[in-house]
Amino acid sequence: MKLTLKIWRQKNSNEKGAFVRYSMDDVDPEMSILECLDVLNETLILKGEAPVAFEHDCREGICGSCGFMINGIAHGPERATTACQLTMRHFKEGDELTLEPWRAKAFPLIKDLVVNRRAFDHIIEAGGYVSVSTGQAPEGNNLPVGKEIADESMDAAACIGCGACVAACPNASAALFTGAKITHLGVLPQGEPEKERRALAMVAQMNAEGFGNCTSIGECTGVCPKEIPLDVIAHMNCDYVLGTVRRRDDLPTPVTPVTA
Amino acid sequence: MTLDAKIPSGPIEDAWAKHCFDMKLVNPANKRKHSLIVVGSGLAGGSAAASLGELGYKVKCFCFQDSPRRAHSIAAQGGINAAKNYPNDGESVFRLFYDTVKGGDFRAREGNVYRLAQISGKIIDQCVAQGVPFAREYGGSLANRSFGGAQVSRTFYARGQTGQQLLLGAYQALERQVHAGSVTMIPRHEMLDLIVVDGRARGIVARNLVTGEFSVHIADAVILASGGYGNVYYLSTNAKGSNATAIWRAYKRGALFANPCFTQIHPTCIPVSGDYQSKLTLMSESLRNDGRIWVPKKKGDTRSPDQIPEDERDYYLERRYPSFGNLVPRDVASRNAKAMCDEGYGVGKSGLGVYLDFSEAIQRLGEKTVRERYGNLFDMYQRITDENPYKVPMRIYPAIHYTMGGLWVDYELQSTIPGLFVLGEANFSDHGANRLGASALMQGLSDGYFVIPYTIGNYLATNKFPKVEDSNPAVQEAVTAVKSKIDKLLSIKGNRTVDSFHRELGKITWDYCGMARTAEGLQTAIAKIRALREDYWKNVTVAGSADDLNESLEKAGRVADYFELAELMCIDAHERNESCGGHFREEYQTPDGEAQRDDEHYSYVAAWGYAGPDSPPSLTKEPLEFEYVHPSQRSYK
Repeated sequence: MKLTLKIWRQKNSNEKGAFVRYSMDDVDPEMSILECLDVLNETLILKGEAPVAFEHDCREGICGSCGFMINGIAHGPERATTACQLTMRHFKEGDELTLEPWRAKAFPLIKDLVVNRRAFDHIIEAGGYVSVSTGQAPEGNNLPVGKEIADESMDAAACIGCGACVAACPNASAALFTGAKITHLGVLPQGEPEKERRALAMVAQMNAEGFGNCTSIGECTGVCPKEIPLDVIAHMNCDYVLGTVRRRDDLPTPVTPVTA
Repeated sequence: MTLDAKIPSGPIEDAWAKHCFDMKLVNPANKRKHSLIVVGSGLAGGSAAASLGELGYKVKCFCFQDSPRRAHSIAAQGGINAAKNYPNDGESVFRLFYDTVKGGDFRAREGNVYRLAQISGKIIDQCVAQGVPFAREYGGSLANRSFGGAQVSRTFYARGQTGQQLLLGAYQALERQVHAGSVTMIPRHEMLDLIVVDGRARGIVARNLVTGEFSVHIADAVILASGGYGNVYYLSTNAKGSNATAIWRAYKRGALFANPCFTQIHPTCIPVSGDYQSKLTLMSESLRNDGRIWVPKKKGDTRSPDQIPEDERDYYLERRYPSFGNLVPRDVASRNAKAMCDEGYGVGKSGLGVYLDFSEAIQRLGEKTVRERYGNLFDMYQRITDENPYKVPMRIYPAIHYTMGGLWVDYELQSTIPGLFVLGEANFSDHGANRLGASALMQGLSDGYFVIPYTIGNYLATNKFPKVEDSNPAVQEAVTAVKSKIDKLLSIKGNRTVDSFHRELGKITWDYCGMARTAEGLQTAIAKIRALREDYWKNVTVAGSADDLNESLEKAGRVADYFELAELMCIDAHERNESCGGHFREEYQTPDGEAQRDDEHYSYVAAWGYAGPDSPPSLTKEPLEFEYVHPSQRSYK
């Protein structure tokens, strides 16, 4: 089928960017949108033009590398699908697809559709872990974890850190990402002892990175390829408030509220 | 050269403990004086960097992705093995050891494999403590399932995303050390050369993939955990960025490369659909627990699967291997699928596919249970193929998935270059000629959490580390070599893209050094690879420049390495005149088509050494001895 790709081209963060239209004559409905870009790039390289830079790696929806806005929707129109698994059969002959990078202050642009998402690593670094060193672990079955709890934890842990939630949010909030890690660890007995410290530290870092506040719009969960539920934000707020109330000396100082 | 694997003497069950005691220690106050480089942030590299940081070493960890959490370990689906025997079904350390040695078709070292089995239980404990949300029973205990090649349930899992969850555990431990200041994480950097000073690995040359800047990093030891080389084949289940450059440059600096022809073809992948295809998608092997594999009994049967009555279906694995059935090891399952398709029984448009059918499981267990077990895999299949596997059987075909070969290492995971350690899939050590399902995660984490923290101390405590200046000739030479290679690639400005060369190389390697190999075919392949490589250096075109984000240039360097590596794989496959595990030489098979080993002549590790651009590589053999598991014809019948 024939269609047009209208792609945001920007050499680097210092230069101005613009949309450029490319017509594609022979798109196979079975190919993914990334494979469609591969085909385009092959032709651009042979013409001596710069190929479109886009992030990708596993191409099976789990590494979280890929993602851009497709007609204004993060990862495109299919529910629970990353760009790498979005096949062209979801589009029609003659369609024009607008591809642009995640746009958020905390995700500065690197080139074309590639942005810098190191802010997510910094949020995890601030406290997204259980403080246990190698060798300190007790026998695995010594600590029973109910199936429902393990499932709830797993639902949140499924986050792939792609950044679609931030890109979709009108406030560019990272509440879904941060809440997912706080919930994954906080509901488990292993993560329980540090849950207030974790929430305070991660929220402080989230704010410091320049993400906006959550106003409970829910766009984030709507575009999330792993369908992380909005509940994780409530969970984050709960742990955060508990930490604020306790005000223990060894806890990080609370920062501005999570939810405006 | 003779190879000393440093396998401890004495009873195998005490060997690792004894060796740990015999190794020298670095006292806690001195640890912070030692600097280490870890290349790769997957299960092996991430867990190593975190654990070494916890011990107090100064660690720099590199990855080419934008974040260490993206490493391709994340895509492992099915699970991780451990000898816990929670199900009370006869599992033991010895059985896991035995199954792994046998599964590897008696081409792995007993000492290494036994240690792996011993450590396996501690890995689970560690991951549980980190908050990895493993599947649980209602009573709260850890759940287990069976997996291909095993008759006990020893596999721990987190839905179909076990690799993701284990990697996030290691990544979080790593970020904790970044926070503590012991690990410096350097993402979006690619290692392009190893710096060897006075015969010892002392650093790397890296390129910043965003700015194109080159940098030199000096340390007391270098740890490579950069994964396997399956992308030689172009189409594989590896991530697009997975590459062999780090290990290949180390090989060219003197590290021996062991068993390069031992590659694993995974039996259950989604078949190829078109020429534009960029990668193959794996469907977890765990599907074979409940799915039944079949083809129509009639050749070229084009009826839709629901129109083919039960008695006209050939459940060929159940027929040929009654005791293991659909759970035979990967090499056996892949080879049988290929054989059925080659004989004309394949299904789907291309005829390169077999059915994996869940209708019986859905009847027996109900759709809800099947959805709970495999829901995300079924969804993924449907997204890609637009077919509903709850209603229609899946179509699957084998694809390159894992490489058992890699840099040669001794029992301490040290390569033939002192100070260069190699972990995880990047080394060759534990899986022999075929890896069992759910064992890659086990090995990566074993190497990173529990082996390297001990063995690196022995190296650091017994050597001195004079300061290496940037002006050192070895450093200058490495930097110059890297730069001139990049300049050369950019200057060719030919008429073919890197990808088109890579596709062609992959096709040659797959056709002649894939699931079935012959001496004649391998010679043809070597000639074709050489010719194509020559063409590459004359006619490739690389877009853009060296001073910004340029994926075309990154790929060009990696593909240049694949040409050389593919040739070495073919040389190794040609030299090994036997069939074993994933290495199936058509000339060597039993009357009923199973792999025919030749223990008398080939019970060794083939370790290849680089001898310069115009000389054939040198072969050093490390003989394998089997004291505990007697080599036998592998039978899964």
